[in-house]
Amino acid sequence: MQTSTERVIYNRAGQRVVSPDYLLFEAPRTKHFMTGSEAVKEAVKRASVDASVSYPITPQSEAAHLIGELWVEGYVGVYFRGESEFGVMSEVAGCALAGARTITTTSGPGTLRAFENFPMWAGTRIPVQLVLMARGVNAPLSIQPDNLEVGFLLDTGCMIWYAENAQDLFDMILAGFVVAEQPSVHVPVVTVVDGFFVSHTREAVMLPPDDIALPPYNPYKAPMPVIDAEVPPGRFLRDPFVMKSNYISYATHASWQWEVRSAIERSRPFAKHYLRGLIEEFGDPSAELVFVACGTAAAQSKEAVRLLEEEGIKARVIKLKTIRPFPIEELRQAVKGAKYIFVPEFNVVGWLEREVRRYLYAYSDAEVIGAPRVAGGMTMPAEVIVKEVLKLTGKEVKHVI
Amino acid sequence: MSYKIYEINEDLLDVMPQEIRDLQFKATWGNPKRGVMDLPYSKELIEEHSLCAGCPESMALRYILASLPNPEDTIIVNSTGCTSLVFPHIALHTVHSLFGNQNAVASGIKRVLEWRFPDKVKDVVVLAGDGATVDIGLDCTLQSFFRQEKITTICFDNEVYANTGGQESGLTMKGHVFKMAPKGKQWDKVPMWQLAIDSGCHYVARLTVSSPKRVETVIKKAIYVAREVGPTYVHLYTPCILEIGLNSDDGLDEMRQRDKERFAFFEYVSEPAKEVIERKKEEGLL
Repeated sequence: MQTSTERVIYNRAGQRVVSPDYLLFEAPRTKHFMTGSEAVKEAVKRASVDASVSYPITPQSEAAHLIGELWVEGYVGVYFRGESEFGVMSEVAGCALAGARTITTTSGPGTLRAFENFPMWAGTRIPVQLVLMARGVNAPLSIQPDNLEVGFLLDTGCMIWYAENAQDLFDMILAGFVVAEQPSVHVPVVTVVDGFFVSHTREAVMLPPDDIALPPYNPYKAPMPVIDAEVPPGRFLRDPFVMKSNYISYATHASWQWEVRSAIERSRPFAKHYLRGLIEEFGDPSAELVFVACGTAAAQSKEAVRLLEEEGIKARVIKLKTIRPFPIEELRQAVKGAKYIFVPEFNVVGWLEREVRRYLYAYSDAEVIGAPRVAGGMTMPAEVIVKEVLKLTGKEVKHVI
Repeated sequence: MSYKIYEINEDLLDVMPQEIRDLQFKATWGNPKRGVMDLPYSKELIEEHSLCAGCPESMALRYILASLPNPEDTIIVNSTGCTSLVFPHIALHTVHSLFGNQNAVASGIKRVLEWRFPDKVKDVVVLAGDGATVDIGLDCTLQSFFRQEKITTICFDNEVYANTGGQESGLTMKGHVFKMAPKGKQWDKVPMWQLAIDSGCHYVARLTVSSPKRVETVIKKAIYVAREVGPTYVHLYTPCILEIGLNSDDGLDEMRQRDKERFAFFEYVSEPAKEVIERKKEEGLL
């Protein structure tokens, strides 16, 4: 809290600048009823955002419209619609290279059209925030929710965070800037939320007042010089030129790739602090039946735990808040004593199951079951999750219609 | 801006090659009247480069860099290709991002710099080859014109994808046999200068780089107009002598020949651009 003797600082929009800890943890909050898209607007409004570029694609379009409204209201400095997702992610790169706190949003096929940009973002160490409202990828044409594209994004060098609901999304967007911009981290952050299920549904969200905001981005603290011709060193190429075929250039390129990935690792303590841990646990800690999930799959798993209780089966949920960095130690610790690990997912390939298996290999004796898995826009009723469990135990399936 | 950006760290000064030292001590900064006539006496922001011997593109780069009215506050955005082989050797802030997205990246940079530094002049110049500008990047190029981005786009037209080994491009002439057009190119050269006019550029020029002074005037006009009015486009013929089978010393003759035909000097100036150009002439800057 700022006292009367302190100098009060305001950002360009006239909001009082407060510390991230104050904004995220201490400021009084009031309850609002809103969609996930509106929660994006509320977060951006309090984030001292400098620039945003948008492109329409369902289901993220509404969030992008609302950022445009914030630009009109003076909360965002630069805003326009680009020519395609590829163009937008390039324009966003330009904004960030020129020293702006930058955010954009996309969904499903747009993510893939823009794809070449994501490793470039990470390689140029720009802390852009991409809010990904996950959706199916064609073909056949679909606008329905799915999260297959997250599997593609995992190894681009960007941090990947996963929000369960509108509240998570609001808090993660604010925390995302803070963590991504740490000088020791300074890589992009992709904040994922399941499209439609969160973007288009209304729920209660606790919001701090809107006349306070995060401290503005200081591009001169970045580990790479900002491209504004204001500060040395200047005589350099932002993209280290390592195309020549010699040992030093191979080594330079390789070490840079490692450095980007190390930067994600260095985000752990910051993410742990601002997200209040990389995982969240729900249910009976002694239960041998465990769901490992992220996003709305975690929400549905929590419902399944309640239904299973009626069946006399104890279960618990480990919700992963970050996928990159993956909460390796947290997960290993949390599954101690587990006999069965279910990984419910909203995609056909089961990328989260692969991740869970990879990190639990030789650390857990539990059986990992990649189910249930829905795709193509289907919801995942808690009963479907329960059914999978009951199939395993040989019990009668009562809850499923 | 800070001139310190261009100063070599004092502790490293004695071990730096002469080429690099010259960039600091013999380059021209802070003088909007700088131009190609300074070339014999100064070092024009570019050291030795790795382009082919006699490559007209290297001449073009030298003239362009000598002509920038505001190099100390100029950001150059380039793309993958032969030009990207030169950028590590240029003493300016340069950005290479991907192939074909140079005008999109430049749009982001320009808008943010204008917002962050409303009282300063920061020029953003895009410099890329014909493949990046007219083929893979045509969407981003034209859309930046439609959006009236205040950037200058310079296309090095060598009528071929040179850096990847000689594939036909959108700017290759019809009928020309190149790799990936083994029966000869099937359609006409894209009239990019006309597309630029139709898409909203306020100053458009087409020329070869056979006349340094003319390159200087065109580049200065393009930058001054972009700074105040909107997008500008310069189309330069910089033949790939390697791919069309010429000797190292044949580049200049090739350009002089094309001066009279498909690269005859052509200039378009919009009404608001005319006003800027006249004013700059009165100020003695053109």
